[in-house]
Amino acid sequence: MVRVIVDGTTIEVPSGSSVLQACEAAGKEIPRFCYHERLSVAGNCRMCLVQIARAPKLVASCGFPVSEGMEVFTDTEVVRRARRSVMEFLLINHPLDCPICDQGGECDLQDQAYGYGAGISRYREEKRAVTDKNLGPLIKTVMTRCIQCTRCVRFCTEVAGTPDLGLVSRGENAEITTYVEKTLTSELSGNLIDVCPVGALTAKPIAFRARAWEYKKTDSIDVMDALGTNIQIHARAGEVMRIVPRVNDSVNEEWLSDKGRFSFDGLKKKRLDHPWVRVHDSLIPVPWKDAFIALACRLKDTSADKVGAIAGDLCDVECLCALKDLFTAFGSSNFDCRQDGAWYDTRSRSGYLFNSGITGIDQADALLLVGSMPRHEAPVLNARIRRRFLELGRGKFPVGVIGDLAADLTYAADVIGTGPDVLERLLEGKHPFAEVLKKAHNPMIIVGHSALVRSDAPRIYSLCKQLAESCGALTPEWRALNVLHTAASRVGGLDIGFLPGERGLSTKAMLRGGVDILWLLGADDLPIDVIPEETFVVYQGHHGDRAAHRANIILPAAAYTEKSGTYVNMAGHVQRAFRAVFAPGEAREDWRIIRAFSEVIGYTLPYDTLEQIRDRMAEVNPVFAIDGKKGSSNLSQHSVTSVIDESMTLLDEPFQPIIQDYYLTNSISRASQIMAECSAVYRLRAME
Amino acid sequence: MNSAWVPPPQPNDFVFDVESESEIAVVLKKYPTERKASAVMPLLYIAQKQMGRRTGSAWIPLQAMNEIAKRLEMAPIRVYEVASFYTMFNKRPIGRYHLQVCTTTPCWLRGSDEVVSTCKHETGINHFGETSADGLFTLTEVECLGACANAPILQVDDDFYEDMDADSVQKLIAELRSGKKPTPGPRVDRLNSAPEGGRKTLLTVATPSDK
Repeated sequence: MVRVIVDGTTIEVPSGSSVLQACEAAGKEIPRFCYHERLSVAGNCRMCLVQIARAPKLVASCGFPVSEGMEVFTDTEVVRRARRSVMEFLLINHPLDCPICDQGGECDLQDQAYGYGAGISRYREEKRAVTDKNLGPLIKTVMTRCIQCTRCVRFCTEVAGTPDLGLVSRGENAEITTYVEKTLTSELSGNLIDVCPVGALTAKPIAFRARAWEYKKTDSIDVMDALGTNIQIHARAGEVMRIVPRVNDSVNEEWLSDKGRFSFDGLKKKRLDHPWVRVHDSLIPVPWKDAFIALACRLKDTSADKVGAIAGDLCDVECLCALKDLFTAFGSSNFDCRQDGAWYDTRSRSGYLFNSGITGIDQADALLLVGSMPRHEAPVLNARIRRRFLELGRGKFPVGVIGDLAADLTYAADVIGTGPDVLERLLEGKHPFAEVLKKAHNPMIIVGHSALVRSDAPRIYSLCKQLAESCGALTPEWRALNVLHTAASRVGGLDIGFLPGERGLSTKAMLRGGVDILWLLGADDLPIDVIPEETFVVYQGHHGDRAAHRANIILPAAAYTEKSGTYVNMAGHVQRAFRAVFAPGEAREDWRIIRAFSEVIGYTLPYDTLEQIRDRMAEVNPVFAIDGKKGSSNLSQHSVTSVIDESMTLLDEPFQPIIQDYYLTNSISRASQIMAECSAVYRLRAME
Repeated sequence: MNSAWVPPPQPNDFVFDVESESEIAVVLKKYPTERKASAVMPLLYIAQKQMGRRTGSAWIPLQAMNEIAKRLEMAPIRVYEVASFYTMFNKRPIGRYHLQVCTTTPCWLRGSDEVVSTCKHETGINHFGETSADGLFTLTEVECLGACANAPILQVDDDFYEDMDADSVQKLIAELRSGKKPTPGPRVDRLNSAPEGGRKTLLTVATPSDK
């Protein structure tokens, strides 16, 4: 620790901190443009100048390290005058177009011009104009507004790992561009909008729609992947206008994937806004009551073991809990939250979690990816792996991949095999990568769904576990046998026990005619065609996507922005989302639909409020006992075989990537025009 | 003023030839393997020289930048950034001879305007940055070349032609046109930057007894 005096107050900061960090620690706000705490220091905007006692001139505080006894002045006349001059230079070539700039109201330059702007301009010459660039369907550019802070260049290079952007040319001609007019290739490109301190990079899909101060801001959780990115939903007049990330260092830091940020327009398209019942091959809209009665009549005529439910990937835990309770009440145990048919070791929670925690990546020093493509399955998590890779330096963070590498991972990785047979060789020590894992202090193994959806998944997982035990990835101090999930609802579903009970049927059996009534709770990504014609399908969800077309009864539900829900991310963090807007038309929150229906068929569920259902969740599994709730464990027995048959033979086929198109993976993103555009643009680029 | 840089028509491919390869090998030896990105500027220069040698137009096509990026294991945009920063790297095709006239104050005072106008007249070029119709000359305005004692300077490719005036420019361009390579250096009677017509001072050897 180093003692620094900032404007007369003495504080202690870790040695190696910059003067700017010390000033922040002392509660002094230092204006800045180029400095960003999660990027490298560039020191080119000169806005963060401070005075240091006995220093001959002002120093840029962002890049100047503290030393013992240093005396810093952040608000002297000299400093203020210097910052005013810097501001004057910046404003020379910055257009005065704030009234038509989307950044207005949340612009660093605008805010700081209030403090340091001269108010008048002494510049009489021509301002420079820079041609706008085409960075793809997500980022709108007004390059004349650019102040060359190079935050975007550093973000692309360091965090996203796709060095597309650069500052080319020099002096007055300097400009940010891609390597000769190409679109960006990152799944994290939306963060450039947040990173840009001015209005040079703004969101193309919401250009000229709303002002920053008009939004109603609601904290929520992203459901586009299983990372549980903390987001804030910005709504105006009951409409989601945009989604931005919230800072959570143990989950997403301050980044958000493009799908999470930009698929919100899918929430306004193809929505199911009132109940439908299929009569003679055509769906007709009916009131809620009629839909419930039609469903109840059907249920009464069917024996309990012929009724089943499959939950989709975007469900909150509340509705999973309610539906499970309902099914249990009328004696069925055919319910499954694994619509992709994945297998997990459900004997304990550690069998299906990202055990090291997301922050565990920051300690790992070797990585084995088994059937996983984190860049597409969890882009923000992938950025974290990349950061660790950069931190350790070239060759110090070996990454082995078993599977088909569909795209560049953004860090150096060796494909050590394509199928599970490599695991056996690794275990026997016959593969050179086994040595790499053994040598590492904190090796990490990530098992993805390309491996877990196969029929030999138990054996693959068992091999991974043995490998983890033998190489030191599974010790009492370091538990790094991680499952990388892709579905936001999956861990929640497993935690609440939304798995087939004893003699219960799993997804596959239910789909292939094992049940007469199939209740699809937002489940769209399953082979709808294999459902026999005579099966009565109830679809409860928010989009007229794949499953709704097959449904006999449609119960319209709220999407994730329209309900308060609980989500568990892949690392087992239980997180709460709040309602930002109301669901369209007669759509209701999922658990309320189930609760209302339970009354119609005479198995009234014992909860009426969100609080009560959350108490019930805590009662089922103590992991849900957050916000001061009391937990107990009442997890029912399920029939999923977690006992691993060691004699099971491995299939002789390579891992198939589970995400074909990153931009179109669920009912919301498939309804999104923006995502469709991205998909088209990037598919073209991939073919080049 | 500032406009998007539109890449000129590119050659179909770019491969370093044997001569360049041997130069590259020498350059790469100077840097540790994990720091080989440091070689980006020498490599760009080698590529430019090779283009001059092979096609008569010393410029760096995008394929060459891509190739350099691949060899030095850096992102192509990083190579492009460097190439675009330095004016000595030509990003578009130039003439056989690159006439670079210094117009900074000392040269200007000593008559660089005359050098410029003669260059324009002799080559038929109207503005800086243009290439003559016969494809032989490209005229560029450059900042101080650091040879002010011999102002004004006309740099042709890598060589300085010093103490220029209208006549010597005319002669130089005629010689270049005929395919000759004039000796670089002052166009007046002097050695390097020594006084015209020989030494003017210290003509006698001073001995202590002179005092």
